[in-house]
Amino acid sequence: MKTVTLTLTNPSELLLEGQNITPDNFAGKKAAEIAALDVWEGKQKSPLGKYFTVEGDGGATAAETKIVLRGDCTRVKRIGQQMTAGEIVIDGNADMYIGGWMKGGKIHVKGNVDSFCGIGMEGGELIVDGNAGSHLGSSPRGEWRGMKGGLIRVAGDVGNDTATFINGGTIVIGGDADIHVSTHGEGGIVVVKGNAKGRVGGQMVKGDIYVYGTIENPLPGFSMVGEVEQEVDGETARFAHYIGDLGERHPTSKGKTVYANIYTRI
Amino acid sequence: MPKKVENVGCPYCGVCCDDLVVTVSDDGKKILEVENACAIGNQIFHHATGGERIRLPRLRQPDGSYKDISYDEAVDYAAKVLHNAKKPLIYGFGSTNCEGMAAAAKVAEKAGAVLDNCASICHGSSFLAIFDNGYPSCTLGETKNRADVIVYWGANPAHAHPRHMSRYSIFPRGFFTGKGHKSRKIIVIDPRHTDTAQVADIYLQVKQGYDYDLFNAFRTAARGHEIPKEVAGIKREQILEVVEIMKKARFGTIFYGMGLCHSDGRNHNVDIAISLTRDLNDFTKWTIMAMRGHYNITGPGAVWSWQYGYPYCLDLTKKDIAYMNPGETSSVDLAMRDEVDAFFNVGTDAGAHFPIEAVKHLKKHPWITVDPNICMASEISDLHIPVGIVGVEVPGIVYRMDNVPIQYRKVIDPPEGVISDEELFERIHKRLCELEAEEAAKGQVKAVPEGIRAESEP
Repeated sequence: MKTVTLTLTNPSELLLEGQNITPDNFAGKKAAEIAALDVWEGKQKSPLGKYFTVEGDGGATAAETKIVLRGDCTRVKRIGQQMTAGEIVIDGNADMYIGGWMKGGKIHVKGNVDSFCGIGMEGGELIVDGNAGSHLGSSPRGEWRGMKGGLIRVAGDVGNDTATFINGGTIVIGGDADIHVSTHGEGGIVVVKGNAKGRVGGQMVKGDIYVYGTIENPLPGFSMVGEVEQEVDGETARFAHYIGDLGERHPTSKGKTVYANIYTRI
Repeated sequence: MPKKVENVGCPYCGVCCDDLVVTVSDDGKKILEVENACAIGNQIFHHATGGERIRLPRLRQPDGSYKDISYDEAVDYAAKVLHNAKKPLIYGFGSTNCEGMAAAAKVAEKAGAVLDNCASICHGSSFLAIFDNGYPSCTLGETKNRADVIVYWGANPAHAHPRHMSRYSIFPRGFFTGKGHKSRKIIVIDPRHTDTAQVADIYLQVKQGYDYDLFNAFRTAARGHEIPKEVAGIKREQILEVVEIMKKARFGTIFYGMGLCHSDGRNHNVDIAISLTRDLNDFTKWTIMAMRGHYNITGPGAVWSWQYGYPYCLDLTKKDIAYMNPGETSSVDLAMRDEVDAFFNVGTDAGAHFPIEAVKHLKKHPWITVDPNICMASEISDLHIPVGIVGVEVPGIVYRMDNVPIQYRKVIDPPEGVISDEELFERIHKRLCELEAEEAAKGQVKAVPEGIRAESEP
């Protein structure tokens, strides 16, 4: 695997849109060619090299390319958007859409990320060591088929609207979640290891949510059906099992109605 | 002899009353009387000729004062600001006509700007819910002629849409609703006991910020499942009673306002209201409608959706592709994140409506206001361009809150020399094209805008 190191040496005045910073776009390119790729600052299109110094060449394919971002990327959006393979390591914070519409590969952010990260995700891994903003692993506006696959792991807290319209894949949150988790969900697994504020599983059809802490305001549409022992994220624990959202439509499978599940740890 | 102009549209709220009668003086210069309008609509007409109007664009001077300049100079300044900015923001359009909005969109596209309207801080969350969940709506005429159950949720039309209740929802006698108020059940759901709540048959005082939970309870109860003893401060019996009324209605309409759009969860509150409306259609006919604020705030949604496919928060900076994602491309977010470097405030008052922090961020860059009147935004601008008042001095198409287009007329001429929004934006567009052609011909460094910006930092 070959490593390309981008160092942000000349930060932009407005936010920078770096949708070209993916292993897919860097693969098969020399450092000079990578520096010539487009990035956007508002309506101004400039070469990547205007803002970043580029060291190292890309690998032959995306899978053989690793990108390391250094410097303060707090105001760089869309890193790793639509990537299919390879690896990205962001040394500090990053802005919106990190790993958006991602299909494969791995992104590791060592700081915090802003909103809309991992939206419309189909595969791969997005690891965030800090906190994430709103709409983590959510669906893009108006899209009723949200996250389809992959793994998102956030060590800290997340904002609101996590996993809206989730269809598949797993999101593991180490800290607390703000309101709206898996709203309109039709599959997938969301694990909140801290507390959830409320509106967990609203309008949810299918899928699972695990909350280790408490749900401050549980919805009236969920009803407790018993206690279960389950293995989640490598550890086994006892959970109270709720089904719902009883206000929402639910499909039947083999003569049985399929509900969404919320498990809260006992 | 004074002239009476009949069937005049009112340029105040989303109800778009089109039955006003305006009496104009013999010389056609003064508005003498306005009949049928509410107190606020009345004031808008009288304001046009009642006092001194701004007749020329005003450019901020180094000492902080304004100096009158010609429209040509103002157009040149505006075009240069748009041309030189990396990401200008053009925002507003609550109170102008669709012709002006279309012209402004042409300018935004040419300038590579972000184009946004007041929905961004108002019913924008309704758009998000509509994208996600559809919009089982109707026209206000259908509500008037058919509805026997009316729900106002988080809306206070008694103050915000003064003639809504009398024209369309509670009081009028329609084709199938001959008994008017007597045959209608009115349900008001609001954390405050508003003046609208006073005319309600049933008033539910929902706990502030818990609308989503209450909708959830309504939906759960409508499907016949058990609900807790109390949800969002409302007793189970009351919820079940209202659900029964809703199920047994012949035709119902849920009118909702800022109470849903601007409490926690925003679009999700509207989203679940839409879901409830859809559920109720398993039993009878129910519809839902956003109580849009300004008389033509539905207009930019209609015009720009037709032009670009999105109703608001349009990022046109890539020129060949329109992009929208409220939260990122919405005005307040752009301002708070320092993502724009020029601001156009058109037919609204961002100075009064935006959070002060957002205004401070925007004030770092050129700020241009296009508005007939003096407002907070015009007073902190670098350039204020006056235009004619739509519906009073400028005719045009406006969209009522139920997406019905209405042709507005003018009753008097604008003050001498004052142009319309449409003409202003057409002229800015022409100047932008010239600037681009000049630049292409010379290949030179971008021109610096003439005129001097205000020194005052907020």
